[in-house]
Amino acid sequence: MTRHLRMDEPQARLLDETGQGVLSTPLPRPEGPLKVTGRARYAAEVTMPDMAVGVLVRATIPAGRVTGMNTSEVMAMPGVLGVWHGGKMLRNPAQGTANAAPVQPGDKVAYYGQPIAVVVAETFEDARAAGQALKIAYAPSNAEPDPDTAATVETAEGLDQGDLEAAMDSAAYSIDAAYTTPGHSSAPMEPHAALAAWEGDNLVVHGSYQMLKYNVNELADSLGIPPENVRIHAPYVGGGFGSKLGIAPEAVAASIASKELGRPVRVAMARQDVFEMTMRRSETRQRVRLAAGVDGVLTGLGHEDRVSNLPGESFAEPTVQATHFLYGGENRRYVQEIARVNRTCAGSVRAPGEAVGMLALENAMDELAEAMHVDPVDLRLRNIPDTHPESGVPYSARSLAECLRDGAERFGWSERGLPGERREGEWLIGMGVASAARANFIMESEARVTLNPDGTALVETDMTDIGTGSYAILGQIAAEMLGLPMDKVKVDLGDSAMPPASGSGGSFGAASAGSSVYLAAQEIRAEIARKLDCADDDLTLRDGNAVADNRKTALTELIDAPMVGHGHLEPGKTAESHSQAGYGAHFSEVAVNEVTGEVRVRRMLSAFAVGRVLNQRTATSQGHGGMIWGIGTALTEELQHDPRDGRIVNRDLAEYHVPVNLDVPDLDVMLIEERDDESSPIQAKGIGELGLSGVGAAITNAIYNACGVRVRDYPATPDKILAAL
Amino acid sequence: MNISLSINGTTHDLDVDPRTTLLDALRHHLDLTGSKKGCDHGQCGACTVMVNGRRINSCLALAVMHEGDDITTIEGLGSPEAMSPMQEAFVGHDGFQCGYCTPGQIVSATAMLSELKEGWPSHVSDDLVSAPKMSRDEIAERMSGNLCRCSAYPGIVAAIQDTADKETT
Amino acid sequence: MKPFDYLRASAPDDATRADATIIAGGTNLLDLMKLQVMSPDRLVDITRLDLDHIEDHEGGLRIGALVTNSDLAADDRIRRDYPVLSRALLAGASGQLRNKATTGGNLLQRTRCPYFTDTAQPCNKREPGSGCAAIGGQTRLHAILGASEHCIATHPSDMAVAMQALGAEIEIQETTGATRRVSIREFYRLPGDTPHIETVLAPGELITAVILPAPPKGRQVYRKVRDRASYAFALVSVAAIVDVQDGRIAAATLAFGGLAHKPWHDPAVDRALEGAEPTPELFDAAADVLLADAVGQGSNDFKIVLARRTMKAVLAEATGLKEAA
Repeated sequence: MTRHLRMDEPQARLLDETGQGVLSTPLPRPEGPLKVTGRARYAAEVTMPDMAVGVLVRATIPAGRVTGMNTSEVMAMPGVLGVWHGGKMLRNPAQGTANAAPVQPGDKVAYYGQPIAVVVAETFEDARAAGQALKIAYAPSNAEPDPDTAATVETAEGLDQGDLEAAMDSAAYSIDAAYTTPGHSSAPMEPHAALAAWEGDNLVVHGSYQMLKYNVNELADSLGIPPENVRIHAPYVGGGFGSKLGIAPEAVAASIASKELGRPVRVAMARQDVFEMTMRRSETRQRVRLAAGVDGVLTGLGHEDRVSNLPGESFAEPTVQATHFLYGGENRRYVQEIARVNRTCAGSVRAPGEAVGMLALENAMDELAEAMHVDPVDLRLRNIPDTHPESGVPYSARSLAECLRDGAERFGWSERGLPGERREGEWLIGMGVASAARANFIMESEARVTLNPDGTALVETDMTDIGTGSYAILGQIAAEMLGLPMDKVKVDLGDSAMPPASGSGGSFGAASAGSSVYLAAQEIRAEIARKLDCADDDLTLRDGNAVADNRKTALTELIDAPMVGHGHLEPGKTAESHSQAGYGAHFSEVAVNEVTGEVRVRRMLSAFAVGRVLNQRTATSQGHGGMIWGIGTALTEELQHDPRDGRIVNRDLAEYHVPVNLDVPDLDVMLIEERDDESSPIQAKGIGELGLSGVGAAITNAIYNACGVRVRDYPATPDKILAAL
Repeated sequence: MNISLSINGTTHDLDVDPRTTLLDALRHHLDLTGSKKGCDHGQCGACTVMVNGRRINSCLALAVMHEGDDITTIEGLGSPEAMSPMQEAFVGHDGFQCGYCTPGQIVSATAMLSELKEGWPSHVSDDLVSAPKMSRDEIAERMSGNLCRCSAYPGIVAAIQDTADKETT
Repeated sequence: MKPFDYLRASAPDDATRADATIIAGGTNLLDLMKLQVMSPDRLVDITRLDLDHIEDHEGGLRIGALVTNSDLAADDRIRRDYPVLSRALLAGASGQLRNKATTGGNLLQRTRCPYFTDTAQPCNKREPGSGCAAIGGQTRLHAILGASEHCIATHPSDMAVAMQALGAEIEIQETTGATRRVSIREFYRLPGDTPHIETVLAPGELITAVILPAPPKGRQVYRKVRDRASYAFALVSVAAIVDVQDGRIAAATLAFGGLAHKPWHDPAVDRALEGAEPTPELFDAAADVLLADAVGQGSNDFKIVLARRTMKAVLAEATGLKEAA
């Protein structure tokens, strides 16, 4: 029994009628006990008899060709089983949802750090030593390491609506400012890893990937085998943040070596490999123009940017994604330039687009408020458009104004003073605000729910839980729909043999996979209703009982064979009929040291409106995660590229500074009550990326409010503050 | 080399390459995969174990150098059926998301509370001479050797605070 | 990591006569061995030696080379009499690393220069004569004082900066079995054209202890500026011991981290302060002395400004000027 829904129109809010009361509540993660005791097993922790171990060896030139390597010398080293290069090896991971093999470069080198070979040995120690002994000879060619000076720059005309130049000329107030953001690394705590084993023509991979149905096709295409011969297991994924969206070099390398050796092979990236060989967020150079009337209402908005990627990669950081719909202004212009460079591949890193584009937009709004002597919260409230300023379509649920107003109230925004006014010893204190917005969409997703005669239920889907809370929320949706206590529901995830879900990415996972579980459970509810001979709407399920026509029947008595429901969600017309996004508002208080230029975030509050909240606790944690990424974006994170060869110089966790515990103050997350009927049948939207969208600007705006220094070149490290103090 | 290691109260005899780190001995030789490899260079804390009661990065330790030491890993602190108070608190406060840094956080936190009890000062202690007082910043500073990219720091701090409060009452 | 023979020393002589690289805490050596920046054929493990005591000695303290950074920072005598050292230790690394890292090993930490740790890059320190890739590269962390055209790396230790200010002595067992003491101020070398030779330690020699002189008079301050709130190497750090008597600086010793190939101490800076009344102008004049020959590489130019500002703030604190103001 399959319930298939194309999201063409709003659906009834059934989850407001069900009575189990587990949905939205802050239930702890069901897999928690396994994780906190070290029993949850991640990809590199699966072992198989006779398993061999491989390491990846990187390119040490930015461009050119591999002309040879000392393979026979390395093969003679202790324990070495084989060296493979060229052929099917990948240049970089697949972009998210690519569904096909990424570039297989043969002997070509496109960036310093590119995986060139896999060296396999009996033990990790032998493999590592052999990998280090592998000397690769090259024929170098001219490289373009710098996006500012790259010879090839493609221009994508975004939009040119009205006359922005004229609007700027006639504006009562205008801002024309340039901003730069550096590259970022996802840096998930679990390095990418894969264990590949063949049984005849069939390949089983235990890996660390976010979107299994695509990953199966990407791996199969990379290897030239039918997708039905590939199965991927990823029940636990140690963080992804975009870097595990697509199949990555280690999976293909392990599969090739395993096939050749006739043994299982595990390849785990070293931390340095993760920096060099997995997706980076492109650096950006942005120009924002704002034109406003005397009332502070925008009449024009321009947002131009330059990003970079390897030649031939289709992905370009969608810098202006939120600029399209967040604020009004009839004259609008966007142009994007994509510089082709020899640097690590650029791809999706948490909140691609908004994470950096909103820094510039929200800084510019702060600069406009300053120029006008208007409260920055008020300026934002004045510029919330009635309909989409470009397409004219209406918005779905959009509680931006509530987030700004309620957040300001709870944060104590009215205490904000002028730059330099608040001081505690060497520390200057300031407050900043920024809007949050993240485009929302759903993806096709399937799930199977089985209600057993013993009153338990099983949810099965190839959906992944990368820390986002899938195990919790999918169980909660099933429990809520079937009227079962949480301990009666089991959730199995991360096996590509199970119904194909959306996967984890783009903040669409909870609403998409959640809706497929909802639809599957709806099918079971319908069958129970048939058994009880009542209408679907007259059925109440609670605590393992079905109630219809004032008759209460235990499910265990009602069911004699497993009831299986299959849910299948597809996006539909509401994706076009309405502009959909999650919204929010970030408030931060920072202290800037006037001696050293060091910045400490003292407290933060973010208000989020994301439709129905599926689990208060995991949603709050996602909010925290985004806010803390915002601290990193604003203050500490920067991929440093060598100017001569483009290589990532700070390719480890000592020098690529993700925030540490002491960087993080008390964080307050407000979840605004909302239902978004156009978003999904469960009225939910994504939150994982919204938390990061705009938040860094709330911090740099607070730096300005503290000390009068505008940092337009991220991150705001002490040297940049000092230079302007 | 043949060595014997005392781990979670059990002696294990194993044959290791001198190059094998304590972390790899645990993960590859003994299938104790709760200790995680996040960076292999002492930069993330995911591999934290206790040696003679003190937390260290097991990735920067050679297994052969730890014969005779008393080693405690996450597996030795509790099991899913019988979690330690710190483990329970991490579940209760959502002090993790993906779970990969979590065993290291918990071992680190458990040992860190002992350090605090012994009166060790920290970078954020105002007064070096008297015993440090438990505070949010003391916890955060002392836990800064354990990175969490999911950024579950608020839950981590709350879980540790909660565990410490329960120990003192 | 290349294969090596592993030996365990049961007496200091075992270490000095082993023709082997000494390993103690291993927090830096193993890090570099994994990258094959260092590839010893033999390792001698000295962790079983009886060198982990802190003892009263000549009015000061004798700190065994194997005393961990944690134990040293938490020692009551250090906290009371040498707070600059305790503070410096606590500002370095993480709790886990401090539990493993030793006093001797910390002194011998090697640079964090990313061109040193990437074996595909030329580096005179790693491979003498190969060149310096850092020059012309990313130099945010690099030296502004005492660098050469062969090497612009910085020394990463916090502990050694405090010991530099304290004028500690390093006790060394020679391969002959004899012992000598070297002032920390003579211990480190500038890069010159031999950046691979970082200290006066000869091959096979073993640091057995660090000797602190009697507790100095005056106030002790350690301040570290870094890119995140914790667990990061210094952009600039300043250790200061300043004694003010009758409104004048009777004695001052300043040392600096993050600026040079070694923990930096310039006696001329101390002399510029001594005998004078503490004022912002005096501090500026002393900073002029410190930074007279400072040269930036571009992206580390800010250190020249940051060093001055941090030094002035530290002096204001150490002299009591800050409270007065």
